[in-house]
Amino acid sequence: MQFPVLSIIVFAPFVAAVIMLLMKPEAKNEIRVTALSAAVFDLVLSGWVYYQVYMHPSLEYQFVEKYEWLPVLGISLNFGVDGMSAPLVLLTGIVMFTGVLISWGIDDRPREFFAFLFLLAGGVFGVFVSLDLFMLFFFYEIAVFPMYLLIAIWGWKVTREYAAMKLTLYLFLGSVFSLVGALAMVFVNYQNTGVITFDMLALEKAGFSQAFQYIWFLPTFMGFAILGGIFPFHNWSPDGHVAAPTAVSMFHAGVLMKLGAFAALRVGIMLLPEGAKQWAWLIFGLAMVNVVYGAFIAMIQQDMKYVIGFSSVSHMGLVALGFATLTREGILGAGLQMFSHGVMTALFFAAVGMVYDRAHTRQIPELGGMIKPLPWVGIGFIIGSLVSMGMPGFSGFVAEFPIFMGVWQVSGLAAILASLSIVITAAYVLLVVRRAFFGEMPKQFEHHITPITPLDKVAIVTLCACMVLLGLFPGLMAPMVSTGVENILRLLGGA
Amino acid sequence: MDFISTHLLTTILFFPVAAALVIWFLPADQPKAVRWTAFLASLVPFGLSVWLWTQFNASQAGFQFQEQYTWFEAINSTFHVGVDGLSLTMVLLTTLLTPLAILASFNITEKVKAYMMLFLFLETGMLGVFLALDLLIFFVFWEIGLVPMYFLINQWGSPKGERELWGGMKVSARNYASLKFMVYTMAGSLGLLLAIQMLGVLFQTYDLMTLTEKWSGFNEGTLLGMNVSTVKAISFWAFTIAFALKVPVWPFHTWLPDAHTEAPTAGSMILAGVLLKLGAYGFLRLVLPFYPVESQYYAGWLAFLATMAIVFGAFASFGQTDFKRLVAYSSVNHMGFVLLGIAAAAKAIGTQDATIALNGAVLQMFNHGLSAAGMFFLVGVIYERTHTRNLNEFGGLFPLVPVYGGILIFTSMASLGLPGLNGFVSEFLVVRGAFGVGYAGGEWNYMAVYTAIAMLGLLFTGAYILKGVRKVLHGPLNEHWAHGEHKLTEINTREILVMAPLMILILILGIWPMWMLDVINKAMLLLFS
Repeated sequence: MQFPVLSIIVFAPFVAAVIMLLMKPEAKNEIRVTALSAAVFDLVLSGWVYYQVYMHPSLEYQFVEKYEWLPVLGISLNFGVDGMSAPLVLLTGIVMFTGVLISWGIDDRPREFFAFLFLLAGGVFGVFVSLDLFMLFFFYEIAVFPMYLLIAIWGWKVTREYAAMKLTLYLFLGSVFSLVGALAMVFVNYQNTGVITFDMLALEKAGFSQAFQYIWFLPTFMGFAILGGIFPFHNWSPDGHVAAPTAVSMFHAGVLMKLGAFAALRVGIMLLPEGAKQWAWLIFGLAMVNVVYGAFIAMIQQDMKYVIGFSSVSHMGLVALGFATLTREGILGAGLQMFSHGVMTALFFAAVGMVYDRAHTRQIPELGGMIKPLPWVGIGFIIGSLVSMGMPGFSGFVAEFPIFMGVWQVSGLAAILASLSIVITAAYVLLVVRRAFFGEMPKQFEHHITPITPLDKVAIVTLCACMVLLGLFPGLMAPMVSTGVENILRLLGGA
Repeated sequence: MDFISTHLLTTILFFPVAAALVIWFLPADQPKAVRWTAFLASLVPFGLSVWLWTQFNASQAGFQFQEQYTWFEAINSTFHVGVDGLSLTMVLLTTLLTPLAILASFNITEKVKAYMMLFLFLETGMLGVFLALDLLIFFVFWEIGLVPMYFLINQWGSPKGERELWGGMKVSARNYASLKFMVYTMAGSLGLLLAIQMLGVLFQTYDLMTLTEKWSGFNEGTLLGMNVSTVKAISFWAFTIAFALKVPVWPFHTWLPDAHTEAPTAGSMILAGVLLKLGAYGFLRLVLPFYPVESQYYAGWLAFLATMAIVFGAFASFGQTDFKRLVAYSSVNHMGFVLLGIAAAAKAIGTQDATIALNGAVLQMFNHGLSAAGMFFLVGVIYERTHTRNLNEFGGLFPLVPVYGGILIFTSMASLGLPGLNGFVSEFLVVRGAFGVGYAGGEWNYMAVYTAIAMLGLLFTGAYILKGVRKVLHGPLNEHWAHGEHKLTEINTREILVMAPLMILILILGIWPMWMLDVINKAMLLLFS
């Protein structure tokens, strides 16, 4: 038997969380160190998984592990990664590592904070590697639940309860729809074959009827896509981002939204490919709204976190748009965009958090000249902005370009419309950069802006390096994602 | 040495980035070390491109010194670079102007490290556009160049000045100018991006040479639900507008005077000297080869825009009281001649007149690079001493600064097109070619009319340049600059060193242009006949 690396990646955060909860609450530094070691451990392992998948490209799932869990119901603990999920596993590792670094200064109950954060991380890892429908839901709910507590307890005092409640209700509602869809699949498969199984690889081959797929695709896909921030169910997300503490925003926008998009792909499109073809026009239309409308809304925001929140809506719209094209380029771009956007928003929220911790405001007109006292944050934010506007040489371009190639194959007009968002994005991110980081620093901030810690710098550099490397050398990720795309296209009948 | 000769282009291309990374690790409190490192480093690509020029075989068709590496395999884009006579000329211009611009920026005292790094990044961005043989790579470098320029204007631009926007909101002029520059060019390149994507989707490759073949043979049938000719016309305009914005052609030129006026001196030098050429280069490298039919069909429109740029550029320039704005509008005027040459060539592609016009256009690109960079630098020299660019506040400065005055007159004359200096040669070739196209087959056509109007524009070129010279150097002396703390000082050695190579080349190209025209001419013949 091979080394069960995926199980270790998934369960290490849970173990770390339990260990931390057993420690004394006063031992704050010990708790932090524990958290960091667990994060580094997971980062290294996920980097190793990524490297292995990269070096041995294959259409099959790799590192597959299967343990019976509830054989009567056909549920097993079934893990595996392919070219689509391996980048996301790495992304989670990166965000977890940087999230811990940035939350070093949290002084209010760090024990519980890190424990919940790790529950969240474990759940996220679980979803990305699950090949069993039941397990996917299981980890999905584990990932959503700590979010509520993290926001409601450590969030921004003004809106945290509202935002936490809104977020949780939206996401639970979405997952109920998806769950019903998933159960319908399992049930129908049972009727057809007499075998009850939650194994997604078996369900892929189930050959559901056209009518069935037509009916069940939409609830299944949309239920997950809510977490991906799809219009018109996106508005939990900016509220949630704003209310969440920095590390949680990073997780939330960086990884959790990908969770929605990824699950929508895995369960919605891959299990119900015919349904996907039927409904692609609708998803495409909604995603277009996301892309353009999200950019416009972001442009008029005054609160930095809201700007980034809505820009996430716009960028995640591109992911959905890529899926909806059902083309090789589109899905490839969507896969790259999930990684790129994850790293980018994590960096954005980290930077905003660092500014907010010092200036105690996120209102753009009240800020100014922050690059002088906080040069690393400023440069990080600028790099993030360049990624966000799809500047060539950075990961955003590498991801968006194929998406647009996919969109062209569906509709030239849509490509032209969607490209509007690029200009709008450029305008608003540059405005934020200029107003918040350049210009005159307001008097009241002088001598109040303390420099960032070396740990913060490590986090910023890690995130920036990912974006620049991927932007300059798309070959580091694109071939791998391509193999994942081949899998999907195979299910779609070579479309 | 072997490595360099087999990787010559990539060495030229990435040396500035490598130097920028070295500068990053220099101590920030040693501005002198930073400056000299940047300057010496920027001489290396120059030296290499001179060597490239000597090694280059002008008579050989196709691209030379090609290098190709895998880059974005999943969408069939490779990192493919190479040079022909056209790009070689532009590479030489870029690598020549960058060290001069860096030398011109030795007076920058604020954030020297960041400034020099951005400048070197800018050089790589520009060189990449000229060297790229893959459309996607072309676009990557096309856009990358924007970023350093944005920050150069935004951070080191002239600190004074305000602009009122709609709603009475006030912003500082350099912010306004840099954002306008960015948004204009990005909006322009959007069409470029979309057109490139469309080509990529259609042919599953971004390689320039493969694309040119496939695309021009592609005339029948429907595409994306539209007629092929419609699609071609749309993408033709997408390319054209993107490049026209960069040139800039009237009426897309309004970002230019703002950007120039607010940019630091060296920024203006590069902006006028090289960045504007990117647009014209795009016309020659992509629009004419990809869309010969459409170019011919719309040549009248292009010629109209070019003539407007020449005439309005000259008038606008004449109307300025700000010395730098005057020079900025003169770029619109001069680049109009480049476009006129291109339009004439588009109308009669393959004929001898067309080749003459193209030779003129390419040489004009190089020449304007020299004279515009020189003019902007000279404006910068006087601005640094007087802290004003208002022409009405100068006057009679010749006796105070005779050397500066001499250099200014020399450069102005080059810009004016005085025979014996470089500007004359190229403008003559453009006009000669365009007239030839305008009188084809024994009949006059619209090209002749536009050329005639452009000639009148040339008259005003003389007018505004003489106005600039008169206002600064001649007339009654403004006593303010003659005595006391405001006493004007003479141009210093470093500044003369910046001007010297430019002046020497201006003179050489004016007297004996053959060494460069030969390369250009062969390239044009190979490309377009």
